[in-house]
Amino acid sequence: MRLITHNVLMCNKKGCTIEHFPLRIEATRVEQRQSEFNPEFVRHMIAKLDWAGLVAGAKDCGMAVPAEMPAEADQTEEFLHALHDVLLDLHVEEGALVCTHCNRRYPITEGIPNMLLTEDEL
Amino acid sequence: MSRPEHTAPPEIFYNEEMADKYASSSRMMEIQSTMTERAVELLNVPEDSPPLLLLDLGCGSGLSGDILSEMGHQWVGLDISSSMLRIARQREVEGDVCLRDLGQGLPFRPGTFDGAISISALQWLCNADKAEHNPIRRLRTFFETLFAVLKRSARVVFQLYPETPQQMEMITAAAMRAGFTGGLVVDYPNSTKAKKYYLTLFAGPAPPNFKEPKALGTEDGEQHSAQFTSEREGGRGRKRRHQETKGRDWILQKKEYQRKIGKDFEEIHNAYTVLSDEDM
Repeated sequence: MRLITHNVLMCNKKGCTIEHFPLRIEATRVEQRQSEFNPEFVRHMIAKLDWAGLVAGAKDCGMAVPAEMPAEADQTEEFLHALHDVLLDLHVEEGALVCTHCNRRYPITEGIPNMLLTEDEL
Repeated sequence: MSRPEHTAPPEIFYNEEMADKYASSSRMMEIQSTMTERAVELLNVPEDSPPLLLLDLGCGSGLSGDILSEMGHQWVGLDISSSMLRIARQREVEGDVCLRDLGQGLPFRPGTFDGAISISALQWLCNADKAEHNPIRRLRTFFETLFAVLKRSARVVFQLYPETPQQMEMITAAAMRAGFTGGLVVDYPNSTKAKKYYLTLFAGPAPPNFKEPKALGTEDGEQHSAQFTSEREGGRGRKRRHQETKGRDWILQKKEYQRKIGKDFEEIHNAYTVLSDEDM
């Protein structure tokens, strides 16, 4: 699971409707894998990103992201490249996602988050 | 044709063995890819559009996701079968995959995805595999959360195998109720094997410049809307036969025939025969 997905995932256990984003990442194994850089896509994603969520997610994985989203003028190619690396090349392989509000744990095995809820959580 | 939905719940049916089949059978791969390509075509992404963030609902081993990756899009896939997802990881698909039951809704932030596709998955939601499953409620949860996580006017294309007209009605009713608009495209409607259903939806009203997609394999090139209704049309209904046959002519004909074969029967007069005697 990459941070781009972490940035859109949220806890939706029954009754968990506030502070259910971002999920805390408890990573035990993180991998870096290079992928093709597409500046257009990264630029397209910036508007969608929850920056605070990205900062928190990156921090959980031991990466640093500026606390404030740079102004449009500062969104240079270099910045987009760095953002690409954080969003798309960082893979959480083993660990868990934890809701900071209700403490529900969603385990991640082989890079696949298990988001299944049990019947009483619906 | 057997329907896999009747054999076992999806997380059981798509086990290791089936996942292997999906990863190795070139025929299955080809069918999946063709359907995905058609679904992406129906998504109708403008040529000048930047690469999009898409959802693959029921992504399985990621065959459909590969097509999205080839086109430069990023995607997140959901599936209920962990075996299929493991195959997806082994195949090193470019998108992320999550284990999730679509009937539980979609666990994403609102308004994030630019569109969604789903290949051969939606009909599974019509099943009640567990005592607590209520297909209507599950479909409603699914469509409501899908509507929420999509951008307004985003497109969704479902390739599906509806089992009965009622099932199709149940699905579209749930979609419309959640706020989707759109309709069904039926490719090759006259072929049993090549016939494919694509439910193409908009999250919200369709844009004003929207042109209805043309179904493939319709000779006259006309739009064939799906004949999904539980009522029969044409002369096969009971009521219709009744109207056509039980009339004056029919009674006279019957009597004539009885006389002809020499059957001795007591003449009972009714409105028709009395009239006929006067005629003669």
